[in-house]
Amino acid sequence: MKGYFKCSGISKTYSKGQIALRDVSFEIPMRGIFSLIGRNGAGKTTLVRILATELMPTSGNVIVDDIDIINDPDTIRRRIAIIPQEARAISWLTPMQTITTFLLYRGVKYSEDKAKAKEVLKEFGLTTVSDKLNRTLSGGQKRKVLVAALVASDADILFMDEPTTGLDPISRAELWDILSYLKKDKFIFLTTHYLEEAERLSDRIGILDQGEIKAIGTMAELRAKVPKKYSISLLDGDHESVEIDNNGSIIKIGSRIFVDENEAYVIAKDLINRNIRFSINPVSLEDIYYSIVKRDIRGEDHVQE
Amino acid sequence: MYRSSQMAASILVNAVYAMKNFPITLVNTLLSPLSFLLVITLASHGRLLSVSLGGALIMSMVSSGIGLQGDLSHLKNDFKLQDMVVSSPTTASVYLVGMAISEIVYSIPAIAVLGVLASIYIHTTVTGIFQIIAVMTLMFSFSILLGFTLATITYDIIQSWAFSGIISTLISTIPPVYYPITYIPMPFRYAAYASPTTYGAELVQNAIGFVHISTASFITDWMILILINVVFLFIAVKKARWREV
Ligand SMILES: Nc1ncnc2c1ncn2[C@@H]1O[C@H](COP(=O)(O)OP(=O)(O)OP(=O)(O)O)[C@@H](O)[C@H]1O
Ligand SMILES: [Mg+2]
Repeated sequence: MKGYFKCSGISKTYSKGQIALRDVSFEIPMRGIFSLIGRNGAGKTTLVRILATELMPTSGNVIVDDIDIINDPDTIRRRIAIIPQEARAISWLTPMQTITTFLLYRGVKYSEDKAKAKEVLKEFGLTTVSDKLNRTLSGGQKRKVLVAALVASDADILFMDEPTTGLDPISRAELWDILSYLKKDKFIFLTTHYLEEAERLSDRIGILDQGEIKAIGTMAELRAKVPKKYSISLLDGDHESVEIDNNGSIIKIGSRIFVDENEAYVIAKDLINRNIRFSINPVSLEDIYYSIVKRDIRGEDHVQE
Repeated sequence: MYRSSQMAASILVNAVYAMKNFPITLVNTLLSPLSFLLVITLASHGRLLSVSLGGALIMSMVSSGIGLQGDLSHLKNDFKLQDMVVSSPTTASVYLVGMAISEIVYSIPAIAVLGVLASIYIHTTVTGIFQIIAVMTLMFSFSILLGFTLATITYDIIQSWAFSGIISTLISTIPPVYYPITYIPMPFRYAAYASPTTYGAELVQNAIGFVHISTASFITDWMILILINVVFLFIAVKKARWREV
């Protein structure tokens, strides 16, 4: 089907026997931003590298716009571009040189190259540093140079593996703006472990855990997967576990609990009486992740519901 | 259709811009063949000047492969350039040829200086000149193929530094490249034949008239150089990991 990204049964076992992906299947429209979330080692990079035709899967296939990209990668390579995890702008080049050479690799003509780079550098607010060495730029600027190179290419499927990791909040917000702008005419496939980033930016989100896709869909679709619509979080660390009598039944909670509207009312009242500080919110992506994967993304295992 | 601009990208990234921004890299490529030349010439009271000039020409070619090995590994593992290029409309051979040419660009100053010196101090025939150029070409392609093969199996720059040290010692410092093989006492002479550079040097020394080898050795030396290239081409094609598995 045109306009769709379809993975069927993708598995990857590295040569040392390390299993990274288990039977990953999904189908997503190639529109807007898709974010793949998951903990360290979940298999995000492995999946992205397979989709970007850098890595062969052990089994399974990927069909993009009716093209089998595992067996016929050449056609799709004109349309995809990637910023790998831990990619760095080459230190001895300037942003201008970084972008122009990337475009040359992609087959852009020498004569058009520089004008394109100039335009994108301006768009990214990098004009003043365009002829300084990458080595002398800030981390955020360096990352922007790579994103700019991708944008300057004519690729319409952009993979970015953790593009915002290590950036300060302002640089991250700037990059978000750029991505939100880009998604108008490109499909962006990104990975992140910042859940608020995924929630804010993405049209669709996939949750990958231990090499398996646990859930995939729009925020609304993911919300529908959790039974309770609100979450209550305790704000003081010393109330790790509180037992509350809720109309006769005992609910034991950790630092967080999912509730429906009525329960929220009862528990809130009780917490106020006990003088325990708390917050109450509609379920966020973090809560959904939490309840689907049964673990906090930062690695706190097995919290009770 | 895009081939030439894609090759140009490798040459720009790996040679032109690097040299432009760090001219010190040129000093390095110039210095090492010249320093050997100087030491051998002085130690032999000038008698080995032409031989060591021939040796320096061979070494400037071999250093391309050593350089390539380090540069490819650096670009692949530290900057992820190769990953970005793999998912682009480029092929492994276009990338490699561009990178190989970029290594020659580094050697241009050394080749120029050595070429001038050679035209003054080496006296040979036109056929001799062609033989020297052919040996240099075979040495270049051998070292590039070796460098490429090693680069595809390294995943850390530290490993690549170790390879550089080992190869340059094994194929350039120890073998009789800057002096005739007869200087090596007998049982050890056979060990020298383990290095491809020994055959190249023997042919160059023969071309400049410093040694005279039999027709049989002459033919054998060429065959071996060509065979080594074929073998390494085969290994490079087999081993090259463009899309990883
Ligand atoms: N080249 C490799 N060889 C062997 N095992 C690997 C290799 N690359 C990754 N793995 C393993 O595969 C699993 C998935 O790794 P991957 O890098 O895909 O995770 P990730 O979700 O991207 O993690 P992170 O958030 O830390 O980047 C891990 O268990 C990892 O140890
Ligand atoms: Mg990763």
